[in-house]
Amino acid sequence: MDSAGEVVNDGKITLEGFSVAARAFADKWKRHNLSFPSWSWVSLINRTLLKKEECYLSLEKIIILSSLEGSAEEESLDVTADWWEKEESIDHTVLVQNVEDEAHYYDYHIVYSASYMVPMLYFRGYSSDGKPLSLDVIKRDLPSSSVSLLLESKWTFITQEEHPYLNRPWFKLHPCGTEEWIKLLSESSSSDGCQMPVELYLVSWFSVVGQVVGLRTPLEMLI
Amino acid sequence: MAANEEAMKYVWEGAIPLQIHLHKSEVASHPAPPPALVLAPRIGYLPLLVPLIKPYFKDSLPPGEDSIWFDYKGVPLKWYIPTGVLFDLLCAEPERPWNLTIHFRGYPSNVLIPCEGEDSAKWNFVNSLKEAAYIINGNCKNVMNMSQSDQEDLWTSVMNGDLDAYTRLLPKLKMGNIEDEFSRKESLSSPVSRQGGGTEIDVAGQVKTARIPVRLYVRSVSQNFENLEDVPEIDTWDEISYMNRPVEFLKEKGKCFTLRDAIESLLPEYSGDRAQTSGEEEADGSQETRGEIKLVRIQGIELKLEIPFSWVVNNLMNPEFYLHISVLVIGPQR
Repeated sequence: MDSAGEVVNDGKITLEGFSVAARAFADKWKRHNLSFPSWSWVSLINRTLLKKEECYLSLEKIIILSSLEGSAEEESLDVTADWWEKEESIDHTVLVQNVEDEAHYYDYHIVYSASYMVPMLYFRGYSSDGKPLSLDVIKRDLPSSSVSLLLESKWTFITQEEHPYLNRPWFKLHPCGTEEWIKLLSESSSSDGCQMPVELYLVSWFSVVGQVVGLRTPLEMLI
Repeated sequence: MAANEEAMKYVWEGAIPLQIHLHKSEVASHPAPPPALVLAPRIGYLPLLVPLIKPYFKDSLPPGEDSIWFDYKGVPLKWYIPTGVLFDLLCAEPERPWNLTIHFRGYPSNVLIPCEGEDSAKWNFVNSLKEAAYIINGNCKNVMNMSQSDQEDLWTSVMNGDLDAYTRLLPKLKMGNIEDEFSRKESLSSPVSRQGGGTEIDVAGQVKTARIPVRLYVRSVSQNFENLEDVPEIDTWDEISYMNRPVEFLKEKGKCFTLRDAIESLLPEYSGDRAQTSGEEEADGSQETRGEIKLVRIQGIELKLEIPFSWVVNNLMNPEFYLHISVLVIGPQR
């Protein structure tokens, strides 16, 4: 058995494998997702633990312009359009300011779970003044397909937990049975039933998980 | 009584005397209420004590809704860590009674995850149990397959400190056996064959490698000290490193895997000989003193590191099958 075969086993991945997969993921993302900020590999030297590094992938300060309540959004846009037609002297600065006030910022961290031997997605949202967003507000920023998935299925759910390294509450996306659907992905993508190459592990994982939080994985990354 | 049962009784009966003060900003009565004296089970959690504590203070509280939290010397306490572990970790020199402050307002939600009393404590317990099961068995089917009422009963037994009820429910949990070479009698949980999860079984059917659920809490101080009472007070949780990482141990014939081996597998920079060296020259000429492990506490006991790890796990783990280890180290000095 070659070393790569041991690194990904049964849909799970070792810590060493995760480091390799993470860097491969960040590289591919940078190459194929030019309009998007890049993921960075963060390694915090933990002073308490001497030279031990806590490592994770980080994508921060992604701006999502918050959507107003569903159809109300369209309505208000129509109203605005009418208003524009009627009123010549619109105060554009007011309009722009409103949009900025509604900007929500998101940080995403991909952290390795030594217990489950799979990656976990942690994320948090905050407004421009740094105030954390509640889960209700965050759900309104998620694609509507995700929200129904979260509410109806038992397969993925979001919990509020402490970030493993940062001593602060974050939200964690916990897909049940990660290793099972990774196994399915690797079985269906290879003709000879080989294990998924470690470099593609996180790409495959994120192609599923990222969708829940509205982050698309370009198809070119999956090659 | 089997050695294992005796140890479990010791662990379950462990308790910390607490003296709980109402935060002065919330005292709305005159005179201020005296502190509440409560005996807190080591294996329990702070939110579970609230029904015992609240009656002492309810007449003194300002109007409004409760959002309860505790602090020790200004440091907000993480409610999901067992009370005994908090005490062992935050009080270098054990303080009896342990003086804590309770707040009913102003929950620090930027640093503490929300707590809705018993429900949150239960959810945390079951989640930890599932994680431990996954580590030991390679899956959490044993917990998922437990009936809802059995799960409830298991939690209730922990909440009430009812070891008899817990012991009766354990066989239904079907948690895998953590082999203990030192107690010949069967441990209380029924052994089952394990598949996957990184466990190897050799020809004779004896388990050779195992993953053990461990939560390691490392507190680092910068200066060496003679007595524990000289250890400075803790200011923030940033002085503590938390490692939720299984210990993997390989049982080699003739060799004993000790507590030291387990801790060093999680903290390689503190291992053995290097830890004793002081004043090593760095490449750039600066001196760096290696860190040193000063103290290891489990269930309030300061353990000798030569003790076999399997004994420690089987006898001192918490009801959710996690072994919580508090470590005090001298950090690197420059």
